[in-house]
Order: sequence, then structure tokens, then C-alpha cells
Amino acid sequence: MTGLVSLFRRLEGPQTLGRGPAFWALFALVLAGALAYPLFSDGYTVGNTVYFFVWVFIALSLSLIWGYGGSLSFGQTAFFGIAGYGYGILTINFGAAYGFTWIALLLAIGMAALVAALLGYFMFFGRIAGVFLGIVTLAVTLMLERFMAQTAGPEWRIGAARLNGFNGMSAMPPLTIPWFGGPIPLFADVGLYYVVLAMLVLVYLGLRILMNSSFGNVIVAIRENPERAEMLGYDIRKYQLITFVIGAALAGLSGVLYTVWGQYITPSSMGMTAASLPLIWVAVGGRSDLTATVIGTLVVLSGFQALTIYGSQYALVFMGVLLVLTVLIAPNGLVLGVIKGITKLVTRRKQEAA
Amino acid sequence: MDIATLAFSALYQFGDAFAFLVLSACGLAVIFGMMGVINLAHGEFIMCGAYVTAATVHAGLPLPLGILCGTLASAFVGVLVELLVIRHLYERPLDTIVATWGLSLIATQGTLILVGSTMAGVGTPFGSFQVGAYSYSIYRIVLFVAALAVLAALYALFNWTRFGVLARATIQVPHMAAALGVDTRLIYSLTFACGAGLAGLAGGLYAPTMTLVPTMGATFIMEAFVTVVIGGADVFLGTAPAGGILAIVKSGMTSWQGQLFGQIGLLIAVIIVVRVLPKGISGFVLRERT
Repeated sequence: MTGLVSLFRRLEGPQTLGRGPAFWALFALVLAGALAYPLFSDGYTVGNTVYFFVWVFIALSLSLIWGYGGSLSFGQTAFFGIAGYGYGILTINFGAAYGFTWIALLLAIGMAALVAALLGYFMFFGRIAGVFLGIVTLAVTLMLERFMAQTAGPEWRIGAARLNGFNGMSAMPPLTIPWFGGPIPLFADVGLYYVVLAMLVLVYLGLRILMNSSFGNVIVAIRENPERAEMLGYDIRKYQLITFVIGAALAGLSGVLYTVWGQYITPSSMGMTAASLPLIWVAVGGRSDLTATVIGTLVVLSGFQALTIYGSQYALVFMGVLLVLTVLIAPNGLVLGVIKGITKLVTRRKQEAA
Repeated sequence: MDIATLAFSALYQFGDAFAFLVLSACGLAVIFGMMGVINLAHGEFIMCGAYVTAATVHAGLPLPLGILCGTLASAFVGVLVELLVIRHLYERPLDTIVATWGLSLIATQGTLILVGSTMAGVGTPFGSFQVGAYSYSIYRIVLFVAALAVLAALYALFNWTRFGVLARATIQVPHMAAALGVDTRLIYSLTFACGAGLAGLAGGLYAPTMTLVPTMGATFIMEAFVTVVIGGADVFLGTAPAGGILAIVKSGMTSWQGQLFGQIGLLIAVIIVVRVLPKGISGFVLRERT
């Protein structure tokens, strides 16, 4: 019981923004709004919102590895793709009966985590850091895209699942809940919305606890000064590897949910552009905080979608400009900057009143 | 087929791979080795060089002059980029990756909007010659010679000219160089322009051999990055030998299993090398020497 209490106490701490009754009241309010949202909207719009939520997981994974851990990884999209393809291959082969889709979800995430563990071993135990880490992960991502893009021929099949080259895989079964009155498939609709929302809240709160635990503090210490962390007796390679694997699993979850949402996955979801988008959301949002990352991702993503509708070609140019300007003007992220500004203003008001 | 033609074929493929790796990596290696900045827009500088070369050739200039124009145009864009973006980020190397990544997005998509999804190419000059049962392109030999010439020119530039001495001094101890009256900002600008120009040169040289599309930079950058990662920070002790080793891996794997496996071979080579030699070949050589 005390263990549980101390776990909940970790929801607030030095590594995450937001504390006290005011923050949690706001959190509850937003959550209530999110829960009630499908009541006021139609199934199609709700399904679209799920699409936004799907990307938040990969953004959180990048925030964990890059923002908290200080190692820039372009590999998130690779893990996204591995898990997405993994889910497709498993469910096309074994079907959706007896809740197998959920086992496939876990297995697919496990595959991404396994690849990350292998790659991470070579990188972190080879003491690759800084810019080189970015390059190696980028090379892996591009390689994987090129590999999947050339699997068009009929010889590229795993069991019943054709990989289909550049067109990608499709028609895999959606997540299905086994139920007494017959299984309930979760299409991109209200059902999937609640499932993904629940996952999102769990992951968000879980990451808050993780980051405020001693593990999270060590990760931040490594970001701030690797040598000092090492001198204090931490094997930084292990901590970095574990962070990398957790991040890969989150990116994998994102990939599986993407595949489930649209029931397709293509190699271009691992390409250059796909790899750059999470980077933009996280950089613009504020990479070193979970809340700022979530808000930033949702805001930039919906802005991007609106732009794509009105000026399709220019949306990517605008994203590039946004990224460059963010790096130059607000290196810690726009959303994080705004949040911190507001907090400062509020505390000053309080001090003046007192 | 007798041994001689077989050997020539292997040598030709090696030379082709070597030229591609060295030419595409040189600009990146100069900027990274001298400034510690990874330029993710490297591929787009190459694209810029190729497009300008093609445009000037269409306008009636001969190909060598066109390549020169491409090189200069890229170098000019490089100066602009350095002034506007890179200069403000020297303290934050990770952020230069992100910023140049943004630039690369802008350049690729901007070119797509302005020029369209493809541009008319330039024919490969010089024709071909026959050895044994196969015919080989003479231009590929020219590219190999060009790669060697670029390496030689860089060596001369950084060892025998005043700019080279100042640049190396700036790289070694920046504040000491500044105290001795070197305009370090100017040196950084020129070095970046030099790297961008080399990228443009690579683009111009390869413009006659490939289709010109806005995303053509992506075909270069993986090879370029792999070569720089394996080579380490020094252009001569790193990039050149790394180019040699990787060319063997790539041409061997390519003729064994096809183009894709050539690239997979490169990737596996890089992952193993970073585990064994974290500072690349040049880091290993320099440590042995001291």
C-alpha cells in the first residue's frame, strides 16, 4: 500500500511540468472533455481524432530519448514501421480470433524493442553519442524503407502475408475484443477512440512516474553531463540502452495503432518525410517535457492537417520553416516556452498580491 | 571470360563505388571534420549543384562550365545558409542537425513546387568502350579520376595555402586563433561554403548519370554519412581510406547479391565499425601515431 502511494507521489516531480491541485483539476477537466467528446461528434470525426492520438505515442518516445535522454534518434520511424509490419504479418497469418490481435500487438511491440536492443547495444556500448547516433539511426531507417520498398515480388511473403513492396500491406484485421456475444472489432470509430485514449492516459501517467523516479533522474543527469553521471557510479550505457528500448516500444505501439487505424502500412511511413514529422512536433512542442510534447504534437498535427487541406504543397515547406525558426528562436520549444511564461506570470501575480 | 577481363570488371566496379562514396562524402566530411557540424541538408546541396549544372547546360554552356556553375551556386547557397542559420548554432551541435533537417525539407519541397517533379537531364558524355564481353562507360572513369583530383586538391588547399593554415588553426584552438588575429567567423563561413561547393560539385558530376528529381539528394546522403561515420573527422586519414574499404564492401556485395545488398552491406559495416572504432578510422590512426 505504501508502495502504491509512493508510486503515485512520483506523478509530480522535478522532471515534469505541472503540480498541485490546480494542474490535476485541469487534467481531470481535459480528460472529462476528451471522454465526452464522442457524444457531441460523429463517428468519422472521432476516427480522425484517433489518428492524431496515434502519433502522440511516437512523439512521446522521441521526447523520452531526445528530450530527456539527450540522444537524438531518427530511428523512431524505423521501430514504428517494424511494429506496424509485424502486426500486419502476424494478424494476416493467424487471424483475429480469441483476442489474438492483442497478443499480436504485444508481439509486434516486442519485435521493435528487440531490434532496438540489438542496435542500441552496438551504439551505446560502442559509446556512440551526439551527432553520430543521429546519423546511424537515420541510416538504419532509410535502409529499412529501401528494403521494404523493393519487396514487391511474389517471393517476398511471410506465411500468407505478402509484403507488396511500395504499395505496402493492407487488409489486416483491426484490434478485436473477444466478447461473449461475439467478438467486437474496433474500427476507426468511437470504440477505438476510447481504447486509444485509455492507452494514451496510461502511457502519459506512466512516463511521468518513470521520469520522476530515480531512473528518470539518472537519465536527465546523463543528458546534462555524461561524464559526471559516470563518475557518480552509474553505468550510463545501460541506462541509455534501456531508455532507447522503452522509446522503441512506444514508437512500436504508435506503429501498431497506425496500422490498426487505417488497416494498411507502407514503406513510406518510414521514409525521410515520415521521420522528420515527429521531430518537428516534438521540437516545436518542447522536447524536454511530456506535457508540452503532447500539446505540441496535437496542435502542430492539426495545424499541419488544416494546411494540407488548403495548400497541400506548401504544408511541408511551412513545417520546415517552423522547425528552423523554433531551433533558432525558441530552442526549448514554443509550447514549453509559453507554459513557462504563464507560470512565471502567475507566480509573480501571487507574490504581488501577498 | 579470362582472368584479366574479370579483374578489370572488378576494378571498374570498385572505382565506380569509390568515386561515388568519396565525391558524395567530401563536402560533408569537410564541414563535419572542420566544424563538428553535421549538415543534413547535404543531399539538397548536391541536388542544387545537379540542377544548376543541368540548367546551364540546357542554356548552351559546355558541361565542364556547367559543373563549375553548379559548384559555385551551391557554395553561394552555403554561405547564405551559414550566415542565416548555422552561425547561430555552433554552441549546440545537436540543434544544427535539426535545423539543417528543416532546411532539407524546405529545399526538397520548394524545388518540387518551383521546378516540378522532374527536370530534363543531361546526356552522359564520352560514350563507352569494350573490354571482353562487357562495355564500360568512359564517364565513370572520369568520375574516378575526379574523385582522386578532389582529394588531392583538398590536401593541397589545407596544407599548402594560407587559408588552409588558418582553417586548421581555427579548428584546433578557436579562441587562440582569434587572439592571434584570425577572423574565425570568416573562416567558418568559408569552410562551410567549401563543403557546400564540394556537394555541388558532386551533384554536377553525377548530373549526367541520373534522373533529376527533387528527392535525388536522398540517394547520396546515406552513402555520404556512412563514409563520414566510418572515416571519422579527418578528410585524408578518414574519408579516403573509408571510401576505399566501403567501396570494396559495396562493389563486392552488389555484384554478389544486387544493389540493395550493397547498401545493406554498407550499413552492417558501419554498425560493426562504430562498435570497434568509435572515432572512426582517422581517430584510430591518430591514436596509434601519438
